[in-house]
Amino acid sequence: MCYLYVLMQSRIILDSQKFRLTLERLCHQLIENHGDFSNTCIIGLQPRGVFLARRIQKILEELIPGLKIEFGLLDSTFHRDDFRRRDTQILAEETDIEFVVDGKEVVLIDDVFYTGRSIRSALDALLDFGRPAKIELLVLIDRRLSRHVPITPDYVGKTVDAVTSEKVRVEWSENGSDDKVWIVPSKE
Amino acid sequence: MSNLSVKHLIAIKDLQPEDVQLILNTADNFKDILNRPIKRVPTLRDITIANIFFENSTRTRISFELAEKRLSADIVNFSSSGSSVKKGETLVDTVNNILAMKVDMVVMRHQSPGAPVLLSKHIDATIINAGDGTHEHPTQALLDAYSMMDKLGEKSGKRLTDLKGVKVAIIGDILHSRVAGSNIHCLKMLGADVTLCGPPTLIPKHIESMGVRVSYNLKETLEWCDVANVLRIQLERQDIKFFPSLREYSLYYGINRELLDSIKKEIIIMHPGPINRGVEITSDVADSKQSIILQQVENGVAIRMAVLYLLAGRLD
Repeated sequence: MCYLYVLMQSRIILDSQKFRLTLERLCHQLIENHGDFSNTCIIGLQPRGVFLARRIQKILEELIPGLKIEFGLLDSTFHRDDFRRRDTQILAEETDIEFVVDGKEVVLIDDVFYTGRSIRSALDALLDFGRPAKIELLVLIDRRLSRHVPITPDYVGKTVDAVTSEKVRVEWSENGSDDKVWIVPSKE
Repeated sequence: MSNLSVKHLIAIKDLQPEDVQLILNTADNFKDILNRPIKRVPTLRDITIANIFFENSTRTRISFELAEKRLSADIVNFSSSGSSVKKGETLVDTVNNILAMKVDMVVMRHQSPGAPVLLSKHIDATIINAGDGTHEHPTQALLDAYSMMDKLGEKSGKRLTDLKGVKVAIIGDILHSRVAGSNIHCLKMLGADVTLCGPPTLIPKHIESMGVRVSYNLKETLEWCDVANVLRIQLERQDIKFFPSLREYSLYYGINRELLDSIKKEIIIMHPGPINRGVEITSDVADSKQSIILQQVENGVAIRMAVLYLLAGRLD
């Protein structure tokens, strides 16, 4: 009973200090695999992966002075498999990929990896732009044990075991609060 | 996240300003998709759409068909010539028979005003009006507004979200034009000032009650406006003479280079097509830099994709 009570409470799983460390670790892992990023581009998934992608881009440019990474935004609304299964329609956000992805190594970036369905749709949406040499996935939070499709991320900030009745909430300093990741009970 | 307030798109006057805004915003996303190497998304792959055309059409029909294909819908095309309509089958019967083959949406053009409303009362599918007689042509009005915002935004260097304070003239056969009706509703919703111009016989009485001005002087109207939407003389709908001759019409209400050069500013010229070259507009104007007639056609596909996408989201 006591354990359940703790589960239903909001709790912080990454505070701003750990948050920064985690992002730096992810960037070092990217550098380890992609070197000078001459054949690599990073693409943030709309809507919330974009914050993480911009932050990763910024930290990478701090770590490697003079680095210019090709950066894009991808919206996969029209490739989703839950169209007409929701009460309200999702509105698409901007897609902005101003470079050729053919033959490139693409790092897709999203904040929370849950069922894997949005990554599935993002992969479809991305392939409409060409044939990348390789696609990798970077996520800040991996909610394991809740996958609906056989997709695994290549870079993970933190793995959490949250139950389905909980939500993972990521707060960004760009939006006025501190960088933080919460687990909160879902309203339903 | 948002939904349209209507289940069918029959007339602009049934829409709320938020609906118009939602459609125009969604069209931006589809315009982007139409400029990609692969111009297709799988969104409507489980939806079947029937295009039912009881009246001739080139642009609207191809535009709807392309929009449907770009969204991966299954489509069937029907035109009244060569069908059982000629044997005396009624509209509702014809459409119900098509729907019995499990069609989710119907895009219809019909020569009788009100045909789509009648249909929406008798069948379950979602109806999109592709022009009903002299009543409305909603997707044309939406694409006209979208093209104006696009072009004016390009000129001023910033993206427009409405048409507040923009002066639009609708010139020509207002009486028989469904495009004029839909355009007036749509432009007023977006905040534009509208003036209608044409021979008195072709301007409906009491039209000022829709919040528009009326002028019978073409030159004055062109000097006033930022955008001129020129309409075709619809001879097929005119069973009596409304003006003495096409030559005389063209003399007083036709737009030509000389006239455009005599006014000080460069206005945007639009036309919903098909053009009667040399009647309401001369070739050198229709093909000039000022004219956005072909951009209207291009934007039409994006607008229709947006309408189909948003209405499909409301299907049960």
